[in-house]
Amino acid sequence: MNERNTLLAVENLRTSYRTTHGTARAVDNVSFNIDAGEILGIVGESGCGKTATALSVLRLIDPPGRIEAGSHLWFEGHDLLTLDEEAIRQVRGRRIAMVFQEPMTALNPVFTVGDQVAEVVRVHTSATRREAWARAVAMLDRVGIPEPAIRARSYPHQLSGGLRQRVLIAMALVMRPALLIADEPTTALDVTIQAQILELLQELQREMGMAVMLITHDLGVVAEVAQRVIVMYAGQVVEEAGVQDLFSSPRHPYTRGLLRAMPRARRAAERLQTIPGTVPSPTAWPAGCRFRDRCADAFEPCGNPPDLFDLGGGHRARCFLTQVTAATAPTEPSMPSRI
Amino acid sequence: MTGNQSAADPPPLLEVRNLVKHFPVHTGLLGRKTAVVRAVDGVSFAISAGETLGVVGESGCGKTTLGRAILRLIEPTSGEILVEGADFRAVRGKKLRAMRRHLQIVFQDPFSSLNPRMTIGDAVREGIVIHRLAEGAEADRRVRHLLEEVGLHGEIANRYPHEFSGGQRQRIGIARALAVQPQFIVCDEPVSALDVSVQAQVVNLLLDLQRDRRLAYLFISHDLRVVEQVATRVAVMYLGRVVELATADALYREPLMPYSQALLSAIPVPDPVTRRERIVLSGDVPSPANPPTGCHFHPRCHHPGRDAACARISPPLEEKAPGHWVACIKQPPTTVPWDVQLQHGATNPPSRYLPDLTAIRA
Repeated sequence: MNERNTLLAVENLRTSYRTTHGTARAVDNVSFNIDAGEILGIVGESGCGKTATALSVLRLIDPPGRIEAGSHLWFEGHDLLTLDEEAIRQVRGRRIAMVFQEPMTALNPVFTVGDQVAEVVRVHTSATRREAWARAVAMLDRVGIPEPAIRARSYPHQLSGGLRQRVLIAMALVMRPALLIADEPTTALDVTIQAQILELLQELQREMGMAVMLITHDLGVVAEVAQRVIVMYAGQVVEEAGVQDLFSSPRHPYTRGLLRAMPRARRAAERLQTIPGTVPSPTAWPAGCRFRDRCADAFEPCGNPPDLFDLGGGHRARCFLTQVTAATAPTEPSMPSRI
Repeated sequence: MTGNQSAADPPPLLEVRNLVKHFPVHTGLLGRKTAVVRAVDGVSFAISAGETLGVVGESGCGKTTLGRAILRLIEPTSGEILVEGADFRAVRGKKLRAMRRHLQIVFQDPFSSLNPRMTIGDAVREGIVIHRLAEGAEADRRVRHLLEEVGLHGEIANRYPHEFSGGQRQRIGIARALAVQPQFIVCDEPVSALDVSVQAQVVNLLLDLQRDRRLAYLFISHDLRVVEQVATRVAVMYLGRVVELATADALYREPLMPYSQALLSAIPVPDPVTRRERIVLSGDVPSPANPPTGCHFHPRCHHPGRDAACARISPPLEEKAPGHWVACIKQPPTTVPWDVQLQHGATNPPSRYLPDLTAIRA
């Protein structure tokens, strides 16, 4: 546990988009690490910057978006931001791969799924057409597609949503990347199919020893799959902790609010606890703590921007209250018991 | 279910009997009808005032079609829809419009269900004017009041939909449905497009409105956690049929239909130190144009008693315990006698199967 083998170090990442309403600072000074072979969950609501973070790591930010100077993405001895186009293409798909949310739009409708998996092999290796096809079929088999040799000749529209997501996973993993970025990989799927896909992802992660950056809004998925979790709010990391720590003693008021807002078992027709208000706009983040306006515990210091305070044991939170409790008595925040 | 209430009881607010909606599939150059998709295939239930019936199931199970067929937004193929005992399917024209006032719908997508060129006020006002509930200043006053009731400022009436977030638009959609003072609202995935924190706000709003106005909801959702939170009773649908219907409490505590068991076991547990036994279903939901014979679920079923009879006998929705209706001939008690099952190739007599789905602290 103590010997950390950092695979990706995101350092002061700032990604912004120019819009008609001004500059949207989608990712605003985000730093975190992913160790080789670990599953890191990134949780947050729409507009918190989680997808922009993932796209930045792959350098898939196109104008009007840009990654600001001073950002660093250390991966396998290089800063990904200093690589030229050709070099980043060698990383993308081969060392870092991505699975997107919408399996229909991420596949090309005019090529068979076998062709699309084989294409990845041909781009990154000197394999012949026949070899690439064989590897594609083997990979489709590995991700649990029935009759892979026949299904490889299908077009995306001929497959169900669950099978399409398996094809995308096959495409992402056929080169055995060191890091898989999965952006809401099960959000568009039904719950029984979601269970199949999560199971598959965990199985392949163990087997290949790859690291996974799992982006999701679903705390249930995070609890089941992730080992460590980052919570994002308004373009910043507001809390980081081991998964058990995060669920048993969440320290940031936003994280606590999210956990309480989740529908809980056996409470039919009972009101849910809510977080009042809405997420602020990325073109005008509030000064000071960005959660202050929605926070029941806000006090004087919150007018200043809080740091991400280190609470020990790999737990960090961007809240002055954690500083206060750390200085006085380290009390456990009371959380309702959940099932 | 149907037909078992005494003559003295008032009829339920809404009753659906054997509702069917088949969509023809046209293929080929001449567009000949080559098949039918049995989207809703004989569904019956009743809802009383102040009650929420949750409808859960996966994509293609027919839950959305069911909601629309009840409102006759899609004309049902056959079956009965009774609103306080009156035949809703028989009415036409003016009468239909008058009855529809009592039956409203809130859609999933708050972005496409509002006209972008209409102000919020006009959108909410539309129903009030069409149904001649009020006009002029009185209508304006009602619009303001409705917006406030759903937690928005009355002054936003002059603004346009694009100025609002998803959660706010969903509140506007709810205000619009409430404007005509309905008794029954079909909520079709009303919170699925919303973030968790906003989702909770909208769920609470729906619960408050129900309490204040004694509204009945048909709450359609693929999210079993949300349905557990809001529903009094829950219907589980699979390929156009209701396969289980029970109180929310009974269904989540003791699901009897193997499909419901798998569905519930698949919900991720939002707690990393607990684990629950998961029934992972193989394969996908079959096409509703060509459903498996007998019990539609039999090819994916994990009930240890599954046998040849399951592929041949279409299981009736039968009462296994008071108020707990299940379509499975292998879960006792069943009205399909053993000798009939034997004639259809049964090898396993019915035996109760109830996997432990409680989350266990690891």
